[in-house]
Amino acid sequence: MADVTLMKTPAETALVQAFESAKTALPGDGESRAQAFEHFAQQGLPHRRVEEFKYTDLRALLREVAPFAGTPSAEEAKAALAGAKALAGVDALQVPFVNGHFVRDAVDFHALPENVEIVPLAEALANGHDWLAKLSPVKWANDNPVYQLNTSFMADGVMIRIAGPVEAPVHLRFVTSATSAVATATRILVVVEEGASVTLLETHESTDGANHQPNDVVELIAGDRTNVQHVRVNAEGNKALALSTLAAKIGGEALFNSINVTAGAATSRHQVFAILDGENTNLRVNGTTMLKGTQHGDSTLVVEHAAPHCESRELFKTVIDNEATGVFQGKIIVPHHAQKTDGRMMSAALLLEEGGAMNNKPELEIFADDVQCAHGATCGQLDEDLLFYLMARGLPKKEAESLLVQAFLGEALEFVENEAVRESLVGTVEGWLKARA
Amino acid sequence: MPAVQETIDQVRLIDVDQYKYGFETEVEMEKAPKGLSEDVIRFISGKKGEPEWMLQWRLDAYKRWLTMNEPNWARVSYDKIDYNDIYYYAAPKMNPSPKSLDEVDPEILKTYEKLGIPLREQEILAGVEPQNRVAVDAVFDSVSVATTFKEELAKAGVIFMPISEAIREYPDLVRQYLGTVVPVTDNFFATLNSAVFTDGSFVYIPPGVRCPMELSTYFRINEKNTGQFERTLIIADKGSYVSYLEGCTAPKRDENQLHAAVVELIALDDAEIKYSTVQNWYPGDAEGRGGIYNFVTKRGDCRGKNSVITWTQVETGSAITWKYPSCILRGDNSRGEFYSIAVSNGKQQVDSGTKMIHLGKNTTSRIISKGIAAGKSENTYRGLVSAHRKATGARNFTNCDSLLIGNQCGAHTVPYIESKNATAVFEHEATTSKISEDQMFYCQQRGLSDEEATALIVNGFVKDVLQQLPMEFAVEAQKLISISLEGSVG
Repeated sequence: MADVTLMKTPAETALVQAFESAKTALPGDGESRAQAFEHFAQQGLPHRRVEEFKYTDLRALLREVAPFAGTPSAEEAKAALAGAKALAGVDALQVPFVNGHFVRDAVDFHALPENVEIVPLAEALANGHDWLAKLSPVKWANDNPVYQLNTSFMADGVMIRIAGPVEAPVHLRFVTSATSAVATATRILVVVEEGASVTLLETHESTDGANHQPNDVVELIAGDRTNVQHVRVNAEGNKALALSTLAAKIGGEALFNSINVTAGAATSRHQVFAILDGENTNLRVNGTTMLKGTQHGDSTLVVEHAAPHCESRELFKTVIDNEATGVFQGKIIVPHHAQKTDGRMMSAALLLEEGGAMNNKPELEIFADDVQCAHGATCGQLDEDLLFYLMARGLPKKEAESLLVQAFLGEALEFVENEAVRESLVGTVEGWLKARA
Repeated sequence: MPAVQETIDQVRLIDVDQYKYGFETEVEMEKAPKGLSEDVIRFISGKKGEPEWMLQWRLDAYKRWLTMNEPNWARVSYDKIDYNDIYYYAAPKMNPSPKSLDEVDPEILKTYEKLGIPLREQEILAGVEPQNRVAVDAVFDSVSVATTFKEELAKAGVIFMPISEAIREYPDLVRQYLGTVVPVTDNFFATLNSAVFTDGSFVYIPPGVRCPMELSTYFRINEKNTGQFERTLIIADKGSYVSYLEGCTAPKRDENQLHAAVVELIALDDAEIKYSTVQNWYPGDAEGRGGIYNFVTKRGDCRGKNSVITWTQVETGSAITWKYPSCILRGDNSRGEFYSIAVSNGKQQVDSGTKMIHLGKNTTSRIISKGIAAGKSENTYRGLVSAHRKATGARNFTNCDSLLIGNQCGAHTVPYIESKNATAVFEHEATTSKISEDQMFYCQQRGLSDEEATALIVNGFVKDVLQQLPMEFAVEAQKLISISLEGSVG
C-alpha cells in the first residue's frame, strides 16, 4: 500500500490550479512559495492517517476551495471595519485587515506610538526588505501543511518591530466581509527587541453563512528579557473553516503569555509552535474553546524547551455542547540539554450534552533526566453535586450550568493581564452561555 | 568530562551483560525449511495434526499478510526484518509431543531446572504449601514440551493444554473463540502470527469454577534463526476466575530474533481473568547487538456483564518491545485494569502501553504505568482510552510516570483520550521526574550505596504495580528490577 499514489481530491486539484494561476501575481520571491507549495503538494491535504491531523481530517473537511479574496476598495474596507465588534471597547493601536489585505489608510504611519514600527508585507515582499529574512523562525512549523499553504499563498500582512516598552495594545484586526466564500492567507511577523514589551491582540471575524477559508500565520520573535502578552479571538462566521498558526521563538529571561479564545467557525484549528530559546524563560499558552451545534474545534500545540531552566504552563479548557467535537493535541519536547525544565500541560473538557465528543492527546517527549514534566487530561460532564447544590438554592438548571461553565472557563482567562481585554473575553463567554439558554 | 562518561559507560556495559538466562541448550532440532511460504504453513499445520479448517484459516491469514505493511508508527527503529530468513518451526527431534516427563529430552529438563521452572509436580508439592502450586505449560521454541497438573485441573473441569492439542481435542471450543478478540486481519504481526503460530496455551474455565491453582506458561526461545509465534487463548466462562502467569527468556546471541505472539482473553458474565507477565527476553548487548524483537498483540474482551480483566506486566527484556495489552469493555459494568513496569537499559527500545475501549454502560478502567529509562534506551508509553456513544457512565483513571536515569535516555508519553459520551469521566495524569536528591541523600545517610539507594527508591516507585503481581512473581520482579538498574546510576 505504501507505493500507491493517492488520487488528488477535487480540493487538492483546485489548490494546485489556484497556485498555478496566482503565483505570478503574488508579491515577492516566487521560489520560496514554489518550494513550500511543492512540499505541501507532495503530501496533499492531511488526513486522519497523518498523526498530527488524526482528529481533524482536512482532506474530508475541505471539500471545495474558495477563491482567494481580492483587495477591497476603500469604501468596502471602511464598511467592513465599521461592523467589527471583537474587542471593540479596548483602547488599542488598530492594525486592520479586510479580506486578508492590510488596510493602509486606517493606520497613521506618521503618528505611530513610540517604539512601534510597521512595514506592510505585500510591499516588503515586492520590493525586498531586511526583516523578511526573519520569517519562519520556528522549525516545527515548516513541515506543517497548513503553514506551507500559508507560505505558498500569503498575499499580505505586516511586519511589526517593537523596539522598547509599548503602552497601548497593538490590535491586529482581521475582518472578512463577503457574501460568497473567500479564502485568505495573511502573514504577520512581530519582532520584539531585547527588553521590549507589548500586548498583542488578534481578532478574527467574518460574515455568517459563507464558507470562508482564512489561513493566518502570526510569527513572533521575542528577544531576551521581553514581555509579550498575546490574546487571540476567533469570532469567525458560522460556516467558516478557519486555520491559524502561531509560531513563536522566545529568548532568555522572557515572559510570553498567549491565549486563544474560540467560539466561532464551523471548523477551526489553531496551532501553536513555540521554542523557548533562552534560559529562565516563562511561557504560558492557554486556550478557551466553546463549541456548539456541529462545530469542530482543534487546539494543537508543540512547545520545545530548547534551553535549560525554563518553565511552561499550558492550560486548555473546552466546553462542548450539542454534537460538537473538541480536539486537544499538545506536545512538550525536552531535549537532552534542557535540564531543570518545568513543564505542565493540562487539558480539561466539559461535555454538556449527549452527542458531543472530545479527543485529547497530551504528549511528552523527554530526553533530559533532571526535569519536571506533567500532563493531565480530563473529560466529563458537569459535576452533578455542584449542580444540585446550586439548584437547591433556587437557580434554574440552565443558569446553574452557566455559572459552573463560566467558572470552568474562567480559570484559563484569568491570566489575561489587560483588564479591559479580560472583561471583554468574560463577556464573550457570557454571551455564548446566554445564547445557549 | 569525557573520562567520567567512559566510566559510566563501562558500568553500563556490565549491566547489560548481566543477563543470566543467556545460555544455550544443545538439543537436536527438527525445523521447517527456512522462510515463509504456503508450504511452510502446510508443514506446520501437518506437524500439529490440524483439521482442514485450521489450515485454511492459516492460509487465509498468510494471503492477507502478504498485502500488509509493517507498522512504523511506534517510536522504535530497527533494520528491516527479512521474513524469509527465519525458521518458523523448530522442535526438539527426540520426541516432539511427549506423553510424560520421562519422554522429554533430559537436556530440555535441565534447561528448565536452570531457569528455575518446576516441571515435576512432586517437586512443587514438596516444600511449598499446596495453595501456592502453579501449573506450568513449558513451551520450547515451537512446541510445548510439558504441561503439569493437567489431570488435577481436569477434575475441576479446567482445560489447560497446549493450543495445538486443544485444536485436536476441543476443535469446537477453539473455533468458537479463536480470532474473535484479535481478528486475523488485526495488524501486521497478528496476521503473521495467525498464519504461522506454533504453540501456546489454551485455557478454558467452566462456569462458576475458581481455578484451583495458578496457571502459567514459560516460553523459551532456544534455536538460532528462529522466530517464536505463540498463541494463547484463555476463556473464563460465566462466574469463573483464573490467574495466569507468563514468563519468557532466550539465549544471548548477536542476531535479533522475532517473537510475535497473540494473546486473546475472553471473560464472560461475572468472570475474572488476571494475566501477569514477566518479560525477560534477551535484551541485546550494550552496543544494541542482538536481542529479541518482541512484537506482541495482547487483548482481552470483557464480553459479559460484570467481567474483569487485569493485565500486569513487568518488562525488562527484549531489544524492542511493541506491546499494548488492551481491554474491550463490552459487557455492562465490566472492568479493565492495566499495571505495568517497563525498565529499559542499554539500547533497549520500549513502546508499550494499553488500550481501554469502553463500549458498555458503567464500565471502568484503571491504568497505572511506570516507565524507567536508563543507559541509552528509549521508553515510550502509548495508550488509548476511549468511550463510545453508548458507554454511559464509563470511568477511567490513568496514571503514568516515567523516571530517567542519566541524560542519554528518553522517556515519552503518548496518551490518546477520546470521549464520545458526556457521562463518561476520564482522568489522566502523568509526570516525568528524576530520582529525588533528597530521597537519595536520606538513603545514603543510612549507609546505602548509590546503587542500593536507587534500587530501593525505584522499588518504592513501582510498588503500586508490584502489589498486583501474584506473590511468587513479585519476588522475582523485585530481583529483576534491581538487576536492570545496577550500574545505571549516573
